[in-house]
Amino acid sequence: MTTPAISLRGVVKTFGERRAVDGLDLDITPGTCVGLLGPNGAGKSTTMKMLTGQALADAGSISVLGLQLPTHSKAARLRMGVVPQDDNLDEDLTVVQAVEVFAALYRVPRADRAAAVDKALRIATLSDRRDDSVKALSGGMRRRLLIGRALVHSPEVVLLDEPTVGLDPQVRSELWALISRLRDEGVTILMSTHYIEEAERLADDVAVMSAGKIVARGVPSELVTKHVGAEALEVHAPAAMLADIGARALAAGLPTRQAGAALAVLRAETFAPHELGAVGAEVGVRRRAAVLEDVFVVLTGEEVA
Amino acid sequence: MSFTVDAAAVHGVVLRNYRVFLRTWKSTTALSVVDPVIALLGFGFGFGALVAKVGGIDYIEFVGTGIVAQTLLFTSIFPGMFETFFKRDYQHTYDALLAAPVDPVDLVTAEALWLAAKSAVYGLAPLLVAICFGLDPKPAMLLVPLYGLVTAFGFACVGIMIAANATSFASFDYVISMLVTPLFLFAGTFFPLGGLPRWVQLAAQANPLFHTVELIRHAAFGLQPLVDLGHLGYLIAFGLLVWALASWRMRISLVK
Repeated sequence: MTTPAISLRGVVKTFGERRAVDGLDLDITPGTCVGLLGPNGAGKSTTMKMLTGQALADAGSISVLGLQLPTHSKAARLRMGVVPQDDNLDEDLTVVQAVEVFAALYRVPRADRAAAVDKALRIATLSDRRDDSVKALSGGMRRRLLIGRALVHSPEVVLLDEPTVGLDPQVRSELWALISRLRDEGVTILMSTHYIEEAERLADDVAVMSAGKIVARGVPSELVTKHVGAEALEVHAPAAMLADIGARALAAGLPTRQAGAALAVLRAETFAPHELGAVGAEVGVRRRAAVLEDVFVVLTGEEVA
Repeated sequence: MSFTVDAAAVHGVVLRNYRVFLRTWKSTTALSVVDPVIALLGFGFGFGALVAKVGGIDYIEFVGTGIVAQTLLFTSIFPGMFETFFKRDYQHTYDALLAAPVDPVDLVTAEALWLAAKSAVYGLAPLLVAICFGLDPKPAMLLVPLYGLVTAFGFACVGIMIAANATSFASFDYVISMLVTPLFLFAGTFFPLGGLPRWVQLAAQANPLFHTVELIRHAAFGLQPLVDLGHLGYLIAFGLLVWALASWRMRISLVK
């Protein structure tokens, strides 16, 4: 059996009264990209911080590349790259200097450093901006620089903490292409996100996290089939009717969720709208394929951002 | 916690600081050098007109050597406080560094060494100005950068330790009034301690800056090898103690 690249077993982390991570079990196979999907406050960032040694677990065990944390945290960090949620670039440096400093921190041998920096800048598609000040970069470029900086030592494991949060769709799409290339190169990636589409597009495997625990784990399509079936009926109707349709669906054992102003009835592939009372001039019904977003909402109880 | 320092991590953090310094040195150096020179000229010629000599030394030479120590204090403890707090809470530099193979003890060591090296150089500015105004240059003055390095390392660690406990920039106001001002006033920088009440004189002996002032004056006006070894030993012990405390507090502050 392959040793997991990342393994968390029964991990607990509390901050005062709040239990941010609550008995977390998670194994990540080498060479895979796992999306840690959960709403804000689910414990994703705390999990990431425990993997980088910036938070210490109160209970449980954590290992990265076979190295037990926190005892061998530094040795593990030497083989990991971390892209943080918050931009922590040095604004007083140039693009190339920002990467060079991390090449030194990651012990890239002096003789190999220039080539490693060039490669990282190529990956980040910032070679032509190498001598610009970090201050002069756009938001998307800064994110790419954070990724390039994390890759300067060719890490075996990369942690991406909400890599595209707050970015516009075009920049997000650029970053997805970059992460996708990394995944294709066989780097093990753990990516926390609360964007369903991001997890769906990039992750081989998705772990849905809620209230500090993994509540579902698997390939996105399998998660959809298992938790919400193949199809959903999206019903638009007056509020009183929606409440009645919801009650009928629940009585029939079908999960439901709010989808904006509509009610989505899940696992509805074998049901016709009239069986749920969704008939009449004021009712609009659309049948659609069930998606990961449905799983997310049903399992976490949170609406999608 | 472990106090083992990783030289590669320290080198990486110092390299980062050096790169930043190369882009910002004009403003930081100007402030660090001009300020003590103005103080030296102001006190030297202002008070110098009222007080010709102190203990047989021209007042401008007396105060010149004192201001070297004051410069060491200011250029280490203030950046230790303000820059550390800024990097930790605003720039999130430490989050970036700690995600790399750098531990808080490496971080504190690197920051303190870097500040100490800069401070030791800045401390020479008032000494050179004092020489221009009549202080006799002596070979023993070559020891001043060493004294500066040891002194500034300790005070940089004090600054870092304060920053590790701080919740806002405003909290530094108390530190400046309650700690920094007494440190430089009661160290024999501007006036000899002999005229102060006995208990103040005794308390001043515990002030690390007093030992720095003594060392610098002995380098300028005549070495006292055994006594100076005692002063230097005190500063080294102080530096090691506050380094350990700063590393401990920084770890608590950064690793949750």
